Amino acid sequence: MIKFLTHIGNYFLLLKKVFSKPEKPSIYYRQTMREFVYLGLSSIGIIVIISFFMGAVITLQTAYNTENPIYPKYLIGLGCRDSIILEFSSTVAALILAGKVGSNIASEIGTMRVTEQIDALEIMGVNSASYLILPKIIATLLFNPILTLIGIIVGIFGGWIAGTLSGVITSENFIYGIQYAFIPYYITYSLIKTVFFAFIITSVSAFQGYFVDGGSLEVGRASTKAVVYSSVLILMFNVILTQILLS
Amino acid sequence: MICVKNLNKSFNGNLVLDNISVTFETGKTNLIIGRSGSGKTVLLKSIVGLHEIEAGEIWYENILFNKLNFSDRKEIRSEIGMLFQGSALFDSLTVEQNVRFPLDMFTDKSNEEKIDRVNFCLNRVNIINANNLFPSELSGGMKKRVAIARAIALNPKYLFCDEPNSGLDPITAILIDALIKELTEEYSMTTIVNTHDMNSVMEIGEKIIFISEGLKCWEGNKNEILNSDCETLNDFVFANSLAKKLRPTSK
Repeated sequence: MIKFLTHIGNYFLLLKKVFSKPEKPSIYYRQTMREFVYLGLSSIGIIVIISFFMGAVITLQTAYNTENPIYPKYLIGLGCRDSIILEFSSTVAALILAGKVGSNIASEIGTMRVTEQIDALEIMGVNSASYLILPKIIATLLFNPILTLIGIIVGIFGGWIAGTLSGVITSENFIYGIQYAFIPYYITYSLIKTVFFAFIITSVSAFQGYFVDGGSLEVGRASTKAVVYSSVLILMFNVILTQILLS
Repeated sequence: MICVKNLNKSFNGNLVLDNISVTFETGKTNLIIGRSGSGKTVLLKSIVGLHEIEAGEIWYENILFNKLNFSDRKEIRSEIGMLFQGSALFDSLTVEQNVRFPLDMFTDKSNEEKIDRVNFCLNRVNIINANNLFPSELSGGMKKRVAIARAIALNPKYLFCDEPNSGLDPITAILIDALIKELTEEYSMTTIVNTHDMNSVMEIGEKIIFISEGLKCWEGNKNEILNSDCETLNDFVFANSLAKKLRPTSK
């Protein structure tokens, strides 16, 4: 229990260091642009692939579970749209990103720790926590909502392709379904969740990497912990945020 | 000048440095020697503030360094250059960007001035036409020299070197030693070098302290080290068979 509380305390002390005044904003700006590419742009591919197939499988599963004629066909499109917007584009995408981005951050910072690069920054008088972590947090907070929007569009497109090609729904019915009873707030809800999840992924993974002690084995362990802890926290906050935002 | 007084440092209750007092002089290469695990690196990292000490004082000229907070330490840290055991070059940056990093972070020089300074520092350590290479493309000796170039980019008053020769062949090691000594004299720096390499001791050891099991056992210079009465030091100095043959017969 004491160990757990120590970790929590260290996490918030690290965040305090991260959000202290940057030494030179222009350098931080440059770092943030770099992180946009490494953590944001490079994640578009995996989000597109996952969302496409996710949308496709949701459409097919909904179709095969609503074969009773009392259900109008356009419900397949509606189900696909709401599932993608409410859950898959934010939560499932965040779990995937926890694996990709989280392990990347933990291993990058962890390797810098064990190879004394963080010590080198500290010796120069650079706030290493802020320099290394703040640009990553800013980049993911700003870019992950874009990934979510891409995920929504591609997911629904995947559903349309799968539905029409397999013949379970006509294009007209699907398009009517995705327009039917649309609640724009669902998009806001999804984006709010994404921002929280982005912060969890980046800060928890950076925390795991920053306090690595040892060698390559410990860096690997930190990377695994980053993914596991981020995923558990994402699922926990998914419940909490859903209760707060949709109740 | 850096003055350490009654320094104690422990990890999880184990005393690693016990009541260390020493003065490191300006314009000299000061060596901390001792066996692996004797506490050399902990002493060096304590002096630069990477480890917080339990007791004692660390003075940089007339400033009590260990009582300063992070932001107050920045001023002194801007006068410190450090060469780490594994070079600690930033993997994601090129050689030029590595050397330029402290200039970008702490100066308002123009781009041309920064490039001039980077090239000057790289030339000074004999790194030519490697500006755009990444650390992974460099040999061990080149990495050390680039790390030295980065350490001197801001014209530091204090230079710390943690095992600068580890992993290098004897000839490259001598070149690195010579470079450290030249730079120390050229910029009149206070240089502290951690080493267990007796070649370094005999080449550049203007002031030497010997640490064993966290205690300072001996202090002197390279001319005195071969005639010491300290048995632990003699075991260290005359450890290999060649050194044993060269040991003064009276000892």
